[in-house]
Amino acid sequence: MSKSAVRATTAGWASAPPSRTVGDLLDRKLLLVTGKGGVGKTTVAASLALLASQRGMRTLACEVDAKGSLASVFETGPTSFAEREVQPRLWAMTMDTEASLKEYLALQLRIPVATRIGPLARMFDFVATAAPGVREILTIGKLAYEVRQGRYDLVVVDGAATGHVVGQLAAPQAINELVQVGIVREQTRWMLDILSDPAQTGMVIVATPDEMPVNETIELAARLRSETTVDLAAVVVNRVLPELFGRGEEAIFERLAHPDALADLRKAVGDDVGPIVDAARLAVTLRRTRAGHIERLRADVDPAVPMLYVPYLFLRSHGLRATHQVSEALAAELGY
Amino acid sequence: MDRPRGQASIEQLLAAKEIVVTCGSGGVGKTTTAAALAAMAAARHGGKVLVLTVDPARRLADALGVQALGNDARRVPASAFVDAGHPARGELWAAQLDTKQSWDDLVREHAPDRRTARRILDNKLYENISGRFVQSHEYIAMERLYDLHNEGSYDLIVVDTPPTRNALDFLEAPERMAEFFSSRFLRVLTAPARSRVVSFASKPFFTVADRVLGSQFLQDIAEFFSLFQTMAPGFVERANAVSRLLRDNRTTYVVVSTLEAAPLHEAEVFVEAITAKGFHLGAVVLNRVLPSYLLDERAGLAAGVLADDPSAATAALANGTGDEAQVARVLTEIAESFLRFQVVAQREAEQRSELSVATDVVAPVPYFETDICDLAGLLRLGEQLWT
Repeated sequence: MSKSAVRATTAGWASAPPSRTVGDLLDRKLLLVTGKGGVGKTTVAASLALLASQRGMRTLACEVDAKGSLASVFETGPTSFAEREVQPRLWAMTMDTEASLKEYLALQLRIPVATRIGPLARMFDFVATAAPGVREILTIGKLAYEVRQGRYDLVVVDGAATGHVVGQLAAPQAINELVQVGIVREQTRWMLDILSDPAQTGMVIVATPDEMPVNETIELAARLRSETTVDLAAVVVNRVLPELFGRGEEAIFERLAHPDALADLRKAVGDDVGPIVDAARLAVTLRRTRAGHIERLRADVDPAVPMLYVPYLFLRSHGLRATHQVSEALAAELGY
Repeated sequence: MDRPRGQASIEQLLAAKEIVVTCGSGGVGKTTTAAALAAMAAARHGGKVLVLTVDPARRLADALGVQALGNDARRVPASAFVDAGHPARGELWAAQLDTKQSWDDLVREHAPDRRTARRILDNKLYENISGRFVQSHEYIAMERLYDLHNEGSYDLIVVDTPPTRNALDFLEAPERMAEFFSSRFLRVLTAPARSRVVSFASKPFFTVADRVLGSQFLQDIAEFFSLFQTMAPGFVERANAVSRLLRDNRTTYVVVSTLEAAPLHEAEVFVEAITAKGFHLGAVVLNRVLPSYLLDERAGLAAGVLADDPSAATAALANGTGDEAQVARVLTEIAESFLRFQVVAQREAEQRSELSVATDVVAPVPYFETDICDLAGLLRLGEQLWT
């Protein structure tokens, strides 16, 4: 990573030290990663999982919507409901509510999976289309089940986008209120216990330093508090642009950008330097606009919630190399 | 750009169509694009233009400077256009979809009588369906669009689509709603509440469902669906009408994306789906395209020289620029910055050249250095789209 990219993460935004240490993020059992579309939610989820696995933890990364993004950030073949080891100690899976239902029925009711499950699954699929929270509960249920089974040290979820996540988390509670008896009611109890325990479960919101992602993060942080029992473990600020100039250097840049100076430079280098100056101006303006959003984010989210800064990656593509770099940046932020 | 056929620019598209649906993955500037298109149409073409956002986030209100948006449309004051330096020929109205309110209205309209409507609205399950869960957004969005179009109050409606998990969700929502009411499962499910006769085929379902959900909940579900079914005729007819409107020639689709890999992939899925369904693909808008000067080869060479050894350049500068070591550092820094951005710009150019779409209009919009947070910003974006 370049010098200036590193500087981006230590540019003095982390004002007051958070009351709990950020290092305990990976000590939880279940990390639910969310964020507005396009902020790099999948990459951050994958990077957290990669980091945990590299630190010796058996880790499961689960993608909630079947878009195949997890497969692309790990540069592996398609993932499915049956988890697969994609890196040492790192397993990846894709949520599939029908498969989750089958697993659930087989485990809870000892119903042989092969027989009668076809029409049954279709029936449930139909109920799920209209009845509240059935899909959500099958998703949350599978995740909580993996936490309870303890086969993994950590489960990292590439979760629903910010607009959907509260509805998803509210599902066990909603079902709990609607269903008075039956196995489901007993089931939602322990799910709620796992989700509500900050030692086990934490939400991670990913934002880029842009207006709408920051607004949505602030909004979601407030809603998590008022409408759910899930603890906000951290906010990851992704794609932080490097700071180009230190103190006093901006004045030098302005003098460099003067037409006379540009003419001198052009002569010395033998090529056009105009675009270089334009690009620097763009970089400075973008960073300045974004710095304002980061300040707003820090000011409007509970100071006890750690904020982790990940630099913008100037890379050719978003594959495994990007995942590794984000993972390294997160490790540095977590003090590893 | 080659523009062989009739509908050849966004300007013409907005002049000719009655409904513009913007779609694309989250975070690509879909809502802002919808608002910018509507604002430009109101400013330049005149008439009454409505922008309808269905996104749960209140971003459109932010950008339009309208304090709160509800189901009822509000007019963006004409003075706002004057303040933004673009006096408008027409009117711009804005509304946000209130899912719960729209569902309630729909139930009141289609329930056979007021008592049934009341029973549906009071049902615990109904509340969850209409308010809490996201799947209900897609259908109601298209339904509301139909309603507004039918009212005939607007010359042009620009609608922003909800962020869906699956690109096709909202395009298929009306068909799925119609299928839902004619489903065999719905009949089976509502049967026990009516007659207590459970067919052989559905017996295993009830045996299992009983143990899993409890018979009370199952009865609740059955009762709810029985009530819901009373609305079937009106609902099915309506859903079919909404479907027709979506494929009507007066409706066009604008796919919005950035040049990043994931949104671009999703944009291609949208384009395919729109084409496959026989809908009208109006334009593809590419947001946040980095400036083309980043692709300048000679500037790249110069940046390479400066990044490696800025001493000659530092020496060539007349005195008064500043401390030599500092000048050298600034030169290195801006050269490295240029080279970093160039990598991204090249990647984007490559992505763009690989994009193959079946539309005449591909509108690239440059990276705005500052946020679009007011009408002036929307119009600035709109002007980029216009040309």
